[in-house]
Amino acid sequence: MSIEIRDIGKRFGSFVALHDVSLHIPTGELVALLGPSGCGKTTLLRIIAGMETADSGQVLFAGEEATHVHARDRNVGFVFQHYALFRHMSVFENVAFGLRVKPRRLRPAEAEIRRRVSDLLQLVQLEWLADRYPAQLSGGQRQRIALARALAVEPRVLPLDEPFGALDTKVRKELRRWLRRLHDEMHISSVFVTHDQEEALEVADRVVVMNQGRVEQIGSPDEVYTNPASPFVYQFLGNVNVFHSRVHGVWAEVGREHTAAVSAGEATAFVRPHDIEIEHRPVAGSLQATVQEVHAIGPLVRVELAHDSELIEVELTRERADVLALAEGQQVWLKPRQLRVFATPPPLLEEGGSGI
Amino acid sequence: MSDAALRRANAEPRWLRHLLLAVGLGFLFIFLLLPLLAVFTEAFSAGWRAYLRALQDDEARSAVGLTLLVAVLVLPLNVCFGVAAAWAITKFDFRGKSLLITLIDLPFAVSPVVVGLVFLLIFGAQGLFGPWLAANGIKIVFALPAIVLVTMFITLPFVARELIPLMEAQGKEEEEAAVSLGAPGWQMFRRVTLPNIRWGLLYGVILANARAMGEFGAVSVVSGHIRGETNTLPLHVEILYNEYNAVGAFASASVLALLALVTLAAKAIVEWRMRRETRMLTANLAAEQN
Repeated sequence: MSIEIRDIGKRFGSFVALHDVSLHIPTGELVALLGPSGCGKTTLLRIIAGMETADSGQVLFAGEEATHVHARDRNVGFVFQHYALFRHMSVFENVAFGLRVKPRRLRPAEAEIRRRVSDLLQLVQLEWLADRYPAQLSGGQRQRIALARALAVEPRVLPLDEPFGALDTKVRKELRRWLRRLHDEMHISSVFVTHDQEEALEVADRVVVMNQGRVEQIGSPDEVYTNPASPFVYQFLGNVNVFHSRVHGVWAEVGREHTAAVSAGEATAFVRPHDIEIEHRPVAGSLQATVQEVHAIGPLVRVELAHDSELIEVELTRERADVLALAEGQQVWLKPRQLRVFATPPPLLEEGGSGI
Repeated sequence: MSDAALRRANAEPRWLRHLLLAVGLGFLFIFLLLPLLAVFTEAFSAGWRAYLRALQDDEARSAVGLTLLVAVLVLPLNVCFGVAAAWAITKFDFRGKSLLITLIDLPFAVSPVVVGLVFLLIFGAQGLFGPWLAANGIKIVFALPAIVLVTMFITLPFVARELIPLMEAQGKEEEEAAVSLGAPGWQMFRRVTLPNIRWGLLYGVILANARAMGEFGAVSVVSGHIRGETNTLPLHVEILYNEYNAVGAFASASVLALLALVTLAAKAIVEWRMRRETRMLTANLAAEQN
């Protein structure tokens, strides 16, 4: 089922959580709401689920007005960051809950409930835990049970609030791939909130990047990463080097062909660390820099260079680094393979500009 | 270094530990155990027969009956109020929330005698509603309604006080999950909230019950001490004692003391269950961090 968000606004006291956000989520897509904490993504998700009411705007489910429909009548199964499993119920009863609380005329017979719950437990590959209690499960198991519980009511939309946020890195990676496969089988429109750009880029069909209550960009993971619409998106999705063009005239010139309208004085150029080529000799449009530090991190080599007083980060493959044989204090020339120039100065972000 | 050695290194000297222990046990004996023993020795000082006779006395039986009746009437109301107040305070944000929390504690801060007087001033013959009540033939003061009202007032905070921190710690996510799964309000309360708070609720009820049955000051002011009618057990004890009927007074007092012991046992069991649930909850949270 498709979801349409129209000009949703929400305030908490004097804090504006959402500024007229509009968004379309097509049927069966897995959409990530991505942004730093406090950007309004969870509020938006809770408004979709009906747990929070918007001050203005509309929510439409499959084209139908749903703004004032109560959460219990929306038929969305919510998945929480901290699972929110019913602690005094067994795993089986947790999953059966949504079926048992249906009004009598809609409630399936006991045998049908048993069948559906065991099907769902099989789907999440935890049928052997049916008689356990939530306290006896690991975090990853709990989240899978929470998912089975949400799916039991055959939701029209599945909102997930930082579903992997409380798990350790390894479990998180496993679980998000598993979620992706599950989504491909079930095809329920799903919206998940995350502050982890890697997670959003890996799992989602579509990424909605949010900042300070506004949508910055909507697009496929590839689109938002390779073609960021704003300085914020550039900085939020991965590491980036920021150059103010009045300082780095040469680089702005390179950028000018992309954005002809920008005059040199007020422009800022963004280059990803892996989009910079290091050369031993000056070439056209290159910038001189001094190698300061070389770190090998897994398959990559990260080089920190100084140009005047500014630090530039470059990522190389190990092969390339071996060919270059960089040493500290060495003079080299940098040339961007790809860069973007924005007219506005970048907003102040946390150090480094990568995910929080 | 071994665990035992570590413990020895940072423990107090042996004589100090023994002194502290002796002081603690001494106080416990003088202030708690000795009075309890005294109650039972005095009650049985004239033998079993006199003890049983004192309890089978009509007035004593009526006092026990009234005390139980008051508790039975007050506790359900108390549970309703306590759950509703704790629910409102922990699951919603509203203006005046901290004022409500303070107001709930008011009965703890006010002297019971003052509470009794306030109810006299409101419902008594010379009171605010006195003439109207008299004109309509409704009897509140010096009758059961006033006893129930003041007991209600005195015991008001117990259940709410017990539930507020518990429900605050549990948060509202489970309720939100229940609602998102389509549970109507009552189903959510019965299947999710109530099982989560049941031990805390029971604990509050036990404390409220002990207070309801033992309340003296406030009840004394509004009851009128009508023998066989508006005398609760604590009032009955006082009357007998004033009449130099030591055996009768202490026999009735022993019933109250027994009640206290039962309450204590019930409290210990519930506390043990609550600790178990809390352990489960903390295990829950610990697993989340992993």
